[in-house]
Amino acid sequence: MDPVTIIAAGDAALVVELPQRVDPEISARLVQMAEALRQSAGGVIRDAVVGYCTLTVYFDPLRVDASWLAAEILNLAREDPPDACEQGATIEVPVCYGGELGPDLVDVARVCGCSEEEVVRLHSEVTYRVYVVGFVPGFAYMGVVDDRLALPRRTSPRTKVPAGSVAIAAGQTGIYPIETPGGWHLLGRTPIRPFDPGRPEPVLFRPGDRVRFRAIDRRTFDQLGLA
Amino acid sequence: MRSMTVTRGGMLTTVQDLGRWGHQHLGVPVAGPMDWYSHRLANRLVGNSEDAAALEITLVGPELTPSADVTCAIAGASFEVTCDGAPVTVNASFVARRGVPVKFRSRVRGARAALAVKGGFSVTPVLGSRATSLISRMGPFGGRALAPGDVLGIGSDDGAGSSAGRPLPLPEGGARLRVMPGPHQSRFTEDAVRLLHDARFTVTPDSNRMGYRLDGAVLARTDQVEMLSDATPIGSIQVPPSGLPILLMADRQTTGGYPKIATVITADLPLAGQLAPGDWIEFAPCTRETAIEALRHREAALSGVTR
Repeated sequence: MDPVTIIAAGDAALVVELPQRVDPEISARLVQMAEALRQSAGGVIRDAVVGYCTLTVYFDPLRVDASWLAAEILNLAREDPPDACEQGATIEVPVCYGGELGPDLVDVARVCGCSEEEVVRLHSEVTYRVYVVGFVPGFAYMGVVDDRLALPRRTSPRTKVPAGSVAIAAGQTGIYPIETPGGWHLLGRTPIRPFDPGRPEPVLFRPGDRVRFRAIDRRTFDQLGLA
Repeated sequence: MRSMTVTRGGMLTTVQDLGRWGHQHLGVPVAGPMDWYSHRLANRLVGNSEDAAALEITLVGPELTPSADVTCAIAGASFEVTCDGAPVTVNASFVARRGVPVKFRSRVRGARAALAVKGGFSVTPVLGSRATSLISRMGPFGGRALAPGDVLGIGSDDGAGSSAGRPLPLPEGGARLRVMPGPHQSRFTEDAVRLLHDARFTVTPDSNRMGYRLDGAVLARTDQVEMLSDATPIGSIQVPPSGLPILLMADRQTTGGYPKIATVITADLPLAGQLAPGDWIEFAPCTRETAIEALRHREAALSGVTR
């Protein structure tokens, strides 16, 4: 097992670091540590945020001794690593690819040197892992996108990306939960809402979940959107 | 229900409590006040619990008209405030009379004032908090700043009636903020670390509740390896490829991909919150022990307990 390092991020947060790489096993350990910490110290920590290779633990510095918390975290880090494929929920996401709902599909196909159908196939045949939820409420950074679709972010970000847009960039894929500026390539759109503060569970995706995209046609998209 | 009607919104007036904690792992920003000290002080002055919803008022203040007599308190940035033509004493409770507007006039010092009303502003919590997050459009009024015609209900929060201490010493033209190193200081050159502590930075106009973009020195990294996204605590000084640092503030995103050279200590965040574009910032290194001691001092001043 990779050893963990704990460093301070100011007086009110500790960062648990594992090696800097996108790796389901590293991610699975961090998700496990975050859950264990919520169980054992949920009353004193304010937030536990999983990154790709980090877990940031927020606390009230007047109520929690940082060295006690660091020792607690190191204890939890010794637990056997979980099976990354067994963690979290499996979620299927219907996507209407291309056309006005996926305005970058044509360009992505051109730049990657394959057909639009091939892009859709490459994007929808992988089971992705949710590594990080951040940027805006409910935005899940999922990976890893097939190498043949490896593209950097757009050189000029859009000022408005519609909610539900399914996009790729830098080996990752994600769904914009709300209308926001964004620099990823838009392949399609889903009628599902990753974030809805009115739902009992406002956020659909959590780190550790596994996600598959399923291509649907425009009529199905419209019907699901009305449901 | 008793209420206050916004007759003029001011530059940026938002409802805040102490923040939407507990949901950052779902990408939900904390938001909350830029100056936690003055928010808590204003609530203490009217006998509310410290977490009650109050207004954060930015640079140009609003005009608010109560529907009934309301006990209020203003802390933080000093503004000339009048009620029925007479000046209002800040950092003390006062009664705003029914139908008589509370008018914020010129700003004297500091950037953000907190206005609390006895009973607290009654707005529907979202994910357990009444804080306004402008970037995620979450919280009261759909997560936006207040506008003329908005009506703020007044609740019946009957806090502990805790004692209220001294106002925050307001920065004048700039502030020296203490920082703890890291989390990513080792990714920067020695020169960058020296510059961080020696240079005087300026808060640029491209600054808001999310963060302050600073000018003054370029902080170089030892490598240009792209970082994988991780969490972004308040007070983080993150450095994008331009080398010009950004001080992350209350309405920051929950995660980011830039390295963070140092972090402003909790005790000094209220001072940061009182800075406006054009003000200077210096960053002074400190240890965890100093940070905790400074926070204890701040807490003692807030509760009026002399140390």
